[in-house]
Amino acid sequence: MSDMTPMGQPLLEVRHLSKNFGPVQALNDLTMMVRAGEVVALAGDNGAGKTTLIKAISGVYQPSSGEILLQGKPVTFGSPQEARDKGIETIYQDLALADNLTIGANIFLGREPMRRKFGFLPVLDRAKMAEAAKSTMALLDFHVSRLDAPVSNFSGGQRQAVAIGRAVYWNAQILIMDEPTAALGVPEQRKVISLIHQLKAQGRGVIFISHNLQDIFAVADRIVVLRRGVQAGERRIADTTHDEVVKLMVGG
Amino acid sequence: MSSPPAATVHVAPQADHADKARTPLQRVADLRAWLFLAFLILGFELWSRLDFGGTFMFNTFNIQSIAVFAVAPLLLATGQTFVIISGGIDLSMGFIMGLAAVVAAHVINWATPGMGFFPAVLLGSLVAVAIAAVPGLVNGMLVALLKVPPFIGTLGMFGVARGVAFLLAGGTTVPVKNEVFAALGNGKLYGVPYIIIVTAVFVLLMHYLLGQTRFGQHNYAIGANAQAARRAGINIKWHLLRLYILSGSCAGLAGVLYAARFSAGAAQAGEPLLLDSVAAVVIGGASLFGGSGTILGTVAGAFVIAVIQYGLVFINVAPFWQFISVGVVIIISVLIDQAQRRFSGGRQSE
Repeated sequence: MSDMTPMGQPLLEVRHLSKNFGPVQALNDLTMMVRAGEVVALAGDNGAGKTTLIKAISGVYQPSSGEILLQGKPVTFGSPQEARDKGIETIYQDLALADNLTIGANIFLGREPMRRKFGFLPVLDRAKMAEAAKSTMALLDFHVSRLDAPVSNFSGGQRQAVAIGRAVYWNAQILIMDEPTAALGVPEQRKVISLIHQLKAQGRGVIFISHNLQDIFAVADRIVVLRRGVQAGERRIADTTHDEVVKLMVGG
Repeated sequence: MSSPPAATVHVAPQADHADKARTPLQRVADLRAWLFLAFLILGFELWSRLDFGGTFMFNTFNIQSIAVFAVAPLLLATGQTFVIISGGIDLSMGFIMGLAAVVAAHVINWATPGMGFFPAVLLGSLVAVAIAAVPGLVNGMLVALLKVPPFIGTLGMFGVARGVAFLLAGGTTVPVKNEVFAALGNGKLYGVPYIIIVTAVFVLLMHYLLGQTRFGQHNYAIGANAQAARRAGINIKWHLLRLYILSGSCAGLAGVLYAARFSAGAAQAGEPLLLDSVAAVVIGGASLFGGSGTILGTVAGAFVIAVIQYGLVFINVAPFWQFISVGVVIIISVLIDQAQRRFSGGRQSE
């Protein structure tokens, strides 16, 4: 995807999506939408279907029925790679980075740029990777001075920023973030929240999964609550309260 | 394993700018195998001068003997470096080397009368390396496609390669009658043995492959975090297949050079060298957990072992002390590696 969708226009639509594993109905007739520059929080108890939903959107699972539209056009993904090629990137709370490689090498992992040394010998273009790492991290308001250090030397929030930076560099239009703050300390959580604000300001769509209502209220525009595979409710953050969301989550 | 909370605090600086680059201490640690090698040589030099007033290191014969001594373990160890960085291990390399030595001997003997000396050597060497790639391919299929742990899969191939090599050799060594092959194994160019030149060129190639190509980069990534590598779109199965073919081929080349040096193929050629190869990689600074290691470190590691083995003979110590000292060096290297991980703030394998 090369064109940015104008702010506020629908980026991703999920229509009547169902997914069953044998007799188990993990997701039942779910409909939701993400607009450009919008953060949509997914909330729900364990087993509510959040993970199934994002795996369907990111190409890990094929839905049993229903459809997914990207910028108004129906799409199907045979693999996570296909979803990524169309601009949907998933950021996992951990296991996302190769700790022993630099920021640049992580951003380019699997798509490393090459250059020719002495005019004939293909070698990794580390300068280009470092340059891209620097500019991308600056775009996220993270200013790193040492680009030759492995990412194991960075803090949890910085590592999360590297994972987000990779998605941004490859021009992801939709970022799915699964519990991005779960493994972090409080100052680091704030940093990630401000990162999400940056993504929003850049006109990207964010799907944000969290158990932490405080985070959800700090960053999301809308919240979609799932319960046992069905949509239990959808609210604009401005119009709802913690209590109401909790009631939707647990039912009753 | 997850790092303890204290370590997390340690690596989590408050400001964005507080990213820690490599400390001088870490840089020294990267060179530890070379430092150790230097100390070792210095030690033998002192001993040699004090004990019988002669030099140890400033003697071309000694340098050459050590280098020739290091050829086969080094060739195995370069392949082993790739495998260990990926988080695996290849236990079959020793007998793949023996298999290649026997195959090279047979093919050269068969081809020499019809083809002449040089073409027969070329054919025999190529066939031997190609045959050595076959158990490598099987190792790769076991590890990549059938998800067999590398330790077990390559242990099985250790037995298979051993049996096949002894069967092909008829239980004995296979002498080679070919002048060119003997010259390759024992001849010199401007005073440098051919096998050292071949090995040096090959090691440089492997250094390039590991440090400067996508294959090498992906190898590091897979060793550190296979899940992340897969999510980044790296085809891990294809990578592992090629990886074990590579380690098998390294053993194949080692077998060919062995057969050239001794003008004979022997199934047990690489038997004592397998553990030396693993030791060289570990002494060279690689982690058995995967994700770290370099070819240059492995070169230092291989020379540490060769210098210990040759040096102890040189200063007239009973040869059995070799096993003890190499064993102690391995243990110390692993301890240093673990301490370094603990104190440098690097995360333990997760």
